[in-house]
Amino acid sequence: MEKVLIGVTFLYLLSSAGYLSYLFLQKNALQRISGVILVAAFLGHTAALGYNFFLSGLIPVRDLHEALSMAAWTLSGVYILSLHRFKLKILGAFAVPLTSLVMVASAILPHASAQAQTGFHSFWLVFHILAVFVGEAAFALACGIGILYLFQENAIKTKKRSFFYRRLPSLDLLDATGYACIVAGFTLLTIGLATGFIYAKLIWGRFLSWDPKEIWSAITWLIYAALIHERLTVGWRGRKAAILAIIGFCVVIFTFLGVNLFLKGHHGVFTRW
Amino acid sequence: MIEIVLLGLNHKTAPVELRECLAFTGEQTAAALDDFSNYPHLSEMVLVSTCNRVEILMTTSDRPLAIQTAKQYISGIKQIPVSEFENALYVHSGEDAIRHVFRVASSLDSMVVGEPQILGQMKDAYLTATQKKTSGVILNRLLHKTFFVAKRVRSETGIGDHAVSISYAAIELGRKIFGTLEDKKVLLVGAGEMAELAVEHLIRNRSGAVFVANRTFERGLELAKRFKGRAIRIEEISECLKEVDIVISSTGAPGFILNRDQVKSVMRVRKNRPVFFIDIAVPRDIDPEINSLGNAYVYDIDDLKNVIDENIEDRNREAVKGERIVDEAVIQFRKWYESLGVVPTIVSLRAKLEQIAESEIQKTLQSLKHFSEDDRVAIQRMTQAMVNKILHDPTVYLKRHGSYGDQSIHIDVTRRLFNLDDDSQE
Repeated sequence: MEKVLIGVTFLYLLSSAGYLSYLFLQKNALQRISGVILVAAFLGHTAALGYNFFLSGLIPVRDLHEALSMAAWTLSGVYILSLHRFKLKILGAFAVPLTSLVMVASAILPHASAQAQTGFHSFWLVFHILAVFVGEAAFALACGIGILYLFQENAIKTKKRSFFYRRLPSLDLLDATGYACIVAGFTLLTIGLATGFIYAKLIWGRFLSWDPKEIWSAITWLIYAALIHERLTVGWRGRKAAILAIIGFCVVIFTFLGVNLFLKGHHGVFTRW
Repeated sequence: MIEIVLLGLNHKTAPVELRECLAFTGEQTAAALDDFSNYPHLSEMVLVSTCNRVEILMTTSDRPLAIQTAKQYISGIKQIPVSEFENALYVHSGEDAIRHVFRVASSLDSMVVGEPQILGQMKDAYLTATQKKTSGVILNRLLHKTFFVAKRVRSETGIGDHAVSISYAAIELGRKIFGTLEDKKVLLVGAGEMAELAVEHLIRNRSGAVFVANRTFERGLELAKRFKGRAIRIEEISECLKEVDIVISSTGAPGFILNRDQVKSVMRVRKNRPVFFIDIAVPRDIDPEINSLGNAYVYDIDDLKNVIDENIEDRNREAVKGERIVDEAVIQFRKWYESLGVVPTIVSLRAKLEQIAESEIQKTLQSLKHFSEDDRVAIQRMTQAMVNKILHDPTVYLKRHGSYGDQSIHIDVTRRLFNLDDDSQE
């Protein structure tokens, strides 16, 4: 199992190298090959996670090693989906290296073979974990797109035909794609939180236990809710939306890792190492 | 031996006054080709004339005489003494002439490197020459190769990428902001050639409604009619800004006609949909401070000029790649051209027949194991004699026709008939 994951990590790294050289050299073949490698890596990763799931009946997020691997898997999956939908190939130069980074971090961390816990079998929990992970992967893409938007906007505003000006698509496309990612992420996060509450009600008999993770998740949710609301009412788009997408993702990362590392709570198992 | 000679002048060697005097119209070109076919020492000819260049491409067995004839002819028909344009002329022959033709067609020699018109102009010139039958074996091959090279340069290098005119540069920028220009509404303030050209480009890119604001409403109506748009009054600009996406301004107003606060208040109504201001006026119409507002982009004429300058630099960098493609093609063409001599043709013809004979002997003898060594030698001798007999008449023919006049047609036919050039390379 670990060998498969190392192979997958290697493929992710290879694909990242391909996407980064595509960014510099602008050869279409590079981008196509990298895409194929990425899909191969994703399929391998899916098989590994699926096998794990089949054996234990649990989504493998029992420690930080597994949680990061899961995050990398959803991130690459969501990127492949977005590629299919928006053809924003240059985003690969952000998304795939990020995936690789997370995978490498996961590989470095020790893997405690955690024994199954009670209550981990619930349908609600599986749903909760999947929705939150995929939603957060969509936020990661939105953040990447936001960064690209800021580069491109800066190039056009300052009238400097910088490195990125030629390589990046139009502002409109970046803005629209970023917004689509945020809407998708927000929808999934909402579902994830709802199923989480239901699960909590079933297990602990209460929806909310004022766990730091729960509070920060709510903050994340509010930030993205505000972003979408402002866009619909007064038209927060472009630069403002891009910056907020980046801030939002920082909060997501803090909620994902920081809360567990610095604060305590019942999600602790998740980042144990 | 027939030589390829090119004689011409272009924007680098001759001032526009001289180029104007020497330019050939379509009819004049055709007439000139007719006249030239009367000179026996000029075997083939193509004449290219554009506003930036006049080039006479010919093949001749007598180079000095051909050059002399061409100069005299130009002088005669244009009624200018040779001394007045002689200094502006360049003469290339052989490989240099081939390279020059390739470079011109690939737009490496153009005033604006990468401009696409020259290839079409050369195709027209070649068409005229084929109609007048002044283009033969060598020039046909040369020009076909030329068109091939030009296409390769265009598709394999970025020589034609990125706008080098103000209005195209504005369109390109618009694409970087909006993605597509389709259905984007346009407001033209004022009038002027460059601004109107930009509007036309936008319409060609299927932009949406066009509004025209002009100091004199009547002129505005006129322009609006031309662009199938709507005329508005200058005072209505602020109102109009609520819906348009692209503003092209080119008025003679002494100060700004749009300032930051005006646009700022409009952006709220627009829900921050991006708006692109193209300010072609001098002095400027649009307050540059507007550029600091979110989702508003202002480019004035100097900004656009800078964009163009950088694009031209890029094209020049790409031109280096183009030169490499041209060099490759020159070598290929020279190989073919050198093979056009009588002796190389006879040599390769003999080589081909001997090779066929040799391989057939091998095949036959392999199945005739009972032959003695003497029998084998006899058969070999017989085949050799056959090859010699078959080659005798063609050799004599080629040598006789090679000694005078235009032998290239015979040689070319021979080479094609026996497939002596490996054409699979093309």
